[in-house]
Amino acid sequence: MPAWDYDIVIVGAGPAGLTAGIYAGRARLKTLLLEKLIHGGQVMTTDLVENYPGFPEGISGFELSDRMRKQAERFGLEFRSGEVLELVPGPDHHLLRLEGEELHAGAVIIASGAGYKKLGAPGEKEFTGKGVSYCATCDGALYKGDTIAVVGGGDTALTDTVFLSRFAEEIHLIHRRDSFRGEKVLQEQIFALQKEKKVEIHWDTVVKEIQGTQAVETIQLRNVKTKELSSLPVAGVFIFVGIVPNTAWLHDRVPLDEWGFIFTNAQMATSVPGIFAAGDVRNKLLRQIATAVGDGATAAFFAGSYLDEQRSR
Amino acid sequence: MSGSEPLQVSDATFEEEILKSDMPAMVDFWAAWCGPCRAIAPVVEELARDYQGKVKVAKMNVDENAKTPAKYGIRAIPTLIIFKGGQVMEQITGAVSRSLIENALKKAL
Repeated sequence: MPAWDYDIVIVGAGPAGLTAGIYAGRARLKTLLLEKLIHGGQVMTTDLVENYPGFPEGISGFELSDRMRKQAERFGLEFRSGEVLELVPGPDHHLLRLEGEELHAGAVIIASGAGYKKLGAPGEKEFTGKGVSYCATCDGALYKGDTIAVVGGGDTALTDTVFLSRFAEEIHLIHRRDSFRGEKVLQEQIFALQKEKKVEIHWDTVVKEIQGTQAVETIQLRNVKTKELSSLPVAGVFIFVGIVPNTAWLHDRVPLDEWGFIFTNAQMATSVPGIFAAGDVRNKLLRQIATAVGDGATAAFFAGSYLDEQRSR
Repeated sequence: MSGSEPLQVSDATFEEEILKSDMPAMVDFWAAWCGPCRAIAPVVEELARDYQGKVKVAKMNVDENAKTPAKYGIRAIPTLIIFKGGQVMEQITGAVSRSLIENALKKAL
């Protein structure tokens, strides 16, 4: 009998972790999925996912992750809410330290994802929840008829600007470069909103400061090319300037790149035997639901192969 | 009206149902497209059952009601506000654990 509680412990219940759970469950491996907050990860805050295959009309982020969870449960995946405080790799099994509990796993799949990156501008922290937001689907409805700002130029910034245009009277889209990085389809939607005067694009512009008394009232801007300063009266600032990996809890026990993402090989294995990583937390070039799902399946498959080798030693 | 389901309140019924409530009340401010709101909804429903007769658990859709969220300065959801005698006892923002909400409820009892 193996000297561990679970064959595989998966950390994080976003699309990567849930897919790993489906595959591990179907491989009849005793698997536990730990999630710190709520299943779904970043997908949970997406209004409409339009680029995940199989849903021609799109699907809400909540529903997609809820379906993945149900599918994983059907194949015997065990769920628990809990935060892993420490991962201690061992020669034949790994220790996961939770609050008031320790678990031993034959293999670990890290799918702890990423969180939103902060701007680092003065006033940002002070006004979080008072006009500064990182979740358009959560807070958008509270800005009906208002003038607001969106900061960023990637997929999330563009998708959420389109979503917010349902509520806000006017949106100032603030981007530090002179072109968007987001999908072309999304750019077309933004330019259409620009024509309707719903969206005003501020190219080459950064937010210097967020100001207000009780809540956000004004943002100070700076054009990075002309160095010109300006200010805009806004009721809210939605910030989508990228992500940071949730890897602080690993305390460098697995090799990370300079931004904190986990290095893996094509089998999703880290350089620590028996520890795998999948999804946004990994050092990779395209972070999408479609790629997270592939990572999850691959990680579960090779974690299974690793356990087979361990058993036959 | 003390069913085990959360009570739906609106700008029109808020004062009568919540501010003038004999027992402490907890209002979940939410919207349909907010994933984290949907994620904590089962917890709010559980609490409505478990605290039936002790706490009036209610929900307000911020997409259909603008006045009350504005009055309490709500700019982020999910937000839970616990009221006692018409006063705000506690305000919790974001999807949080059941134990955190429960601790706040117990303080209001």
